[in-house]
Amino acid sequence: MSTPAVPTPPAQADEPVAGPVRLPIAHALNRGLRDALAGDDRVMLIGEDIGRLGGVFRVTDGLQKDFGDLRVVDSPLGEAGIVGSAIGLAMAGYRPVCEIQFDGFVFPAMNQIITQLAKYRHRSEGAVSLPVVIRIPVGGGIGAIEHHSESPEAYFAHTAGLRVVSPSNAHEAYHLLRESIASDDPVIFLEPKRSYWLKGDVDTTVAAPAFDRAQVVHPGDDVTIVAYGALVPAALKAAQQYAEEGVGVEVIDLRSLSPIDDATILESVRRTGRLVVAHEASRTAGLGAEVAARVQDEAFYSLEAPVLRVTGYDTPYPASRLEEDWLPGVDRIVDAVDRSLEH
Amino acid sequence: MNHPLLSLLGPDGQLDAATAAPTPADGLALYRDMVMARRIDTEAIALQRQGELGLWPSMLGQEAAQVGAGHALRPRDVVFPTYREHGMAWCRGVDPVNLLGLFRGTTMGGWNPRDNNFNLYTLVIGAQTLHAVGYAMGIVRDGDVGTGDPERDRAVLVFLGDGALSEGESNEAFVWAAAQNLPVVFFVQNNQWAISAPYSVQSRVPVAQRAQGFGFEGVRVDGNDVVAVRQVTEQALASAREGNGPTLIEAFTYRRNPHTTSDDDGRYRPVTENEEWEARDPLARMRTYLAGAGVLDEAAEAALAADEQALAERLRSGCRALPVPTASSPFENTLADMPDELARQMHEHLEFVAAGEEQDR
Ligand SMILES: Cc1ncc(C[n+]2csc(CCOP(=O)(O)OP(=O)(O)O)c2C)c(N)n1
Repeated sequence: MSTPAVPTPPAQADEPVAGPVRLPIAHALNRGLRDALAGDDRVMLIGEDIGRLGGVFRVTDGLQKDFGDLRVVDSPLGEAGIVGSAIGLAMAGYRPVCEIQFDGFVFPAMNQIITQLAKYRHRSEGAVSLPVVIRIPVGGGIGAIEHHSESPEAYFAHTAGLRVVSPSNAHEAYHLLRESIASDDPVIFLEPKRSYWLKGDVDTTVAAPAFDRAQVVHPGDDVTIVAYGALVPAALKAAQQYAEEGVGVEVIDLRSLSPIDDATILESVRRTGRLVVAHEASRTAGLGAEVAARVQDEAFYSLEAPVLRVTGYDTPYPASRLEEDWLPGVDRIVDAVDRSLEH
Repeated sequence: MNHPLLSLLGPDGQLDAATAAPTPADGLALYRDMVMARRIDTEAIALQRQGELGLWPSMLGQEAAQVGAGHALRPRDVVFPTYREHGMAWCRGVDPVNLLGLFRGTTMGGWNPRDNNFNLYTLVIGAQTLHAVGYAMGIVRDGDVGTGDPERDRAVLVFLGDGALSEGESNEAFVWAAAQNLPVVFFVQNNQWAISAPYSVQSRVPVAQRAQGFGFEGVRVDGNDVVAVRQVTEQALASAREGNGPTLIEAFTYRRNPHTTSDDDGRYRPVTENEEWEARDPLARMRTYLAGAGVLDEAAEAALAADEQALAERLRSGCRALPVPTASSPFENTLADMPDELARQMHEHLEFVAAGEEQDR
């Protein structure tokens, strides 16, 4: 691997502090990017408004100042350009991390992602991997205007050749991002935007589980909920409500949307016999359908109830005055768990 | 090719000597529309501050570009806006209260695009440029171009920003418009910033020059000069209607407010820039001109102030009265015929909403 010919200002990773620090997800991501930039000269960031402005969610705040504008690149306004040039950079030996400003604006880049990024390793018969990370703020619940509340994960999960991950808390955000950048595969990194300011304990020295693993975040033996991103906190809330009633709800944070960690889900469902899958994205051909299909394939005789889905509806994302009801939340998760338990 | 900046009404309010003075009524109409456009903008910002709107993209400083273009249109011409064309919407006769719905979260649209030949705002940068091209193809197929009949010939006016010029789709639109010689005018408000990106991030050549490589003409006009903007837009639209194909207009201006009410422009540009552009204010120069010409007397000012006040009050009350859509509306408007599965989902949703309301009682 060639070293970059262009010198960049010296910059340092934050000192790893012993023990956890309390950070919102946005800051944990910033720290993850900073440490990745400091740790590997080949890491670069590309995106609209990520330099001087620090990104519209400030996730890249201060990074251009510290690492220079050759490593933190304010791109022209064009998503095909961002992803397409990241592909070229990866071919040249760099490890670009792209930022797409909002979920609804990734679509101009879909051609590059699907026809090029996802397929190059396959076409080169394994000779060339493309270590490109595409960070996208996703999901609704922030009272935004059109195209700022989308859940596009299924498009990516349906595309072979991509990894798709999504953190649900600050610690995970840091570690999943570090692992995604370190991975030789293309990774679509989905950041639940309504959780950006959700604080949690981040310990940069204690690794999270591998980024292709799901994780049990609340143990229970009566029913399993699989969720990811912004719906993990909702599922946890539901689980706590049931705990007070003596019902054991196990919550699995999927973390990796593609590939899916079947083993963790199946182990749980074989114990509980009941499964509810929750996501904000529309129902049809969503991740819930995929998880349900896998579970009935592999754990059919363990099931005591049909697998239920709690999802966004098969409509375009509604005007924000309707989103509170439209979005699946604790109430609808509880309703599904009740129905599952009634069987 | 050289692209001189056409300016007829200078910042000092002096009209170019060779330019025919607008009639008093015409001058007042241009000025009034700019004043009203600015008032829509300031009221909307205030409503956002009060929590009535989630967001507002201000057009402060771009009134002349939009009103100038608005006064060049004929009723049958069709407009494709971005999300910042509040002054253009005003000129087209869109009820300004309806501009607020998208930003209040009561709708994803806000008006019927067929009512005023003014399409819905487009938030995805550049997407509308291709719609404009397709619409222009329709006009050609309808035979409504080059007939010489002013009641019949029509053209499309599409807005985009300096940042939008970098999107692939905008460039495809230029290719199509040129290749098919379409009756479309690309109106670029070069307000010099795409959120935090100065124009130098997008291109090394002036905006107007970019048309040349696609095979049509680009013209550069002082975007804060309503007289000049109207003149070049009239010429470009006339040429399109006559069947001479596309033109790109660069209206050189400045976005004086942050990108939206959520933006913090102190992070990326100096305030001195803003001060410079305040001195080139499009309203002030027109006001100076009209006052000097004896057209804008006290009575006219008072009448205008009253109109403005009425508009402001209507915006304030109209905003709060904008209807919240029904819970069933997303389902009803997804497909022309609701599939059974979606009907089941709607039913499930309405029961859920009703149960929640029951609980709240
Ligand atoms: C495809 C797409 N990418 C990114 C965005 C986010 N975004 C909204 S406005 C904007 C800048 C647009 O600049 P310009 O075209 O110059 O228009 P202006 O806002 O200055 O009027 C960006 C990047 C978007 N709306 N659509």
